[in-house]
Amino acid sequence: MVHTVLFTIFALIAVAGAVNLIAQRHPINSALSLIVVMASLAVEYLLLGAEFLAVIQVIIYAGAIMVLFVFTIMLLNAGEEERTQGSRVALLLGVPGLVIGGGTLAWLLFRHSGTGAVAAGALPGFPKEIGRLLFRDFLLPFEVTSVLILIAIMGAVVLASPPKGAQEPIELPPAPQGEE
Amino acid sequence: MQGTVSLTQFVVISILKIAIGLGALLTLDAYTVLAERKIVGRIQNRWGPSRVGPFGLLQPVADAFKLLFKEDITPPYVYKPLYLLAPVLALALSLCSIAVIPIGNDITIRGYTTALQITDINVGLLVILGITSIGVYGVALAGWSSNNKYSLLGSLRASAQMISYEVALGLSLVGVLILSGTFSLRGIVDAQAGTWFGFIPRWNIFPQFVGFLIYLTAAYAETNRIPFDLPEAETELVAGYHTEYSSMKFAMFFMAEYANMITVACLASLLFLGGWHGPLFGPPLMQALLPVFWFALRVFFFLFLYIWIRGTLPRFRYDQLMAFSWKVLLPLAIANIVFTSLWVALFS
Repeated sequence: MVHTVLFTIFALIAVAGAVNLIAQRHPINSALSLIVVMASLAVEYLLLGAEFLAVIQVIIYAGAIMVLFVFTIMLLNAGEEERTQGSRVALLLGVPGLVIGGGTLAWLLFRHSGTGAVAAGALPGFPKEIGRLLFRDFLLPFEVTSVLILIAIMGAVVLASPPKGAQEPIELPPAPQGEE
Repeated sequence: MQGTVSLTQFVVISILKIAIGLGALLTLDAYTVLAERKIVGRIQNRWGPSRVGPFGLLQPVADAFKLLFKEDITPPYVYKPLYLLAPVLALALSLCSIAVIPIGNDITIRGYTTALQITDINVGLLVILGITSIGVYGVALAGWSSNNKYSLLGSLRASAQMISYEVALGLSLVGVLILSGTFSLRGIVDAQAGTWFGFIPRWNIFPQFVGFLIYLTAAYAETNRIPFDLPEAETELVAGYHTEYSSMKFAMFFMAEYANMITVACLASLLFLGGWHGPLFGPPLMQALLPVFWFALRVFFFLFLYIWIRGTLPRFRYDQLMAFSWKVLLPLAIANIVFTSLWVALFS
């Protein structure tokens, strides 16, 4: 009973945060809304008995990735976005498309999904079990994903590094005497 | 939750524990400030506060009143919602960690057995890491919302520094986790019971000495203390991220910093120095309270170390700070993990 109430409350907070993320005009506010979404998702995991996943969600998403987002916004000193009128095509096609797509998805989920309600804590949530799943049953997908991330990192480095010979050497101030 | 207690009992006991835990933490907070002022005073060959109360012991009370009654200035052109949120966030998160820190064995009062800990969850260590990683926002948002170049520079430095050192900090703990096989702080302490060869205590500091040093360094950097206090370097940045804060809002950042120090000291004692293990003797009541005493002793040692280092070392240069984290601490931490896992795989 308490779980259901809490689950509903945090689900509503997550949706509200997501709507606010789009509605806000300042990037910092949007980023903070996204953190709210992620934190409430973590609470949902916790309510389902997945303690490990909940904490990892907070550490990785709210604590590491979003900090970098906020850091970048602060560093670039990004200002408020301008509001445009929006395009007519998007309005004419987008809204009906959203209604039809969302409706179909909801109907499918209600009618055809074979999943029943899962009791809290019924699924493996302890670090040991997750580790076993990752490193035995799903070892190949797990490793392939890590290679994928590595490729993304290398791509970012290649894109960010200046072309050869184009960069002037940065002059560092002379180091204080008596060092190294 | 204990097996045989009613919900009411559980709620009452939990509220009591939270009240006592928070009270103790905030008192320790205030007196760590006093201890710092007195010890740094002695290190610098002066007395430190000595006028208010015997030996200056009431100085924290005087400070609290001073901070409460100071004028609370909100500068114009700050971004108000975040300017107000930032100190609250910093303080609240720094106080949260106490919830999962155990300070002693189970105790039994009138047939009711309870752990000396607000809540024991099996991912306790990760919860503390999570709370610390969210703690960056307090500092980052304070600097940005203040609309002041010094604040912004301070908070940019703080975010970069805390992200960098968090990596080394997290990795330095993996060795301990491999040895004890659990994320629960209580479980980690239990795994350190007993001795090797009859006289060396089975503390993690001996097999994990490198991990211990990396943890201590990274944790000191995480709390933005000297020699890692670049975010508030007063010679270059006025006061860094809290330049525009005054009165209680400034005090909240101040309290958050010291609460974080206490958390780090508790964690270092639990993970590396065997938590509350120590010789037990005397009547039953003394036997029940001695573990808390041994634990407090270790925490005070680490707090003293903080103050000692502050009185001894100069501040890093910014590029040295970043290079140290990524080029020294991180490779060391990874090597430590590899060696520890090899050791465990080969010999146990």
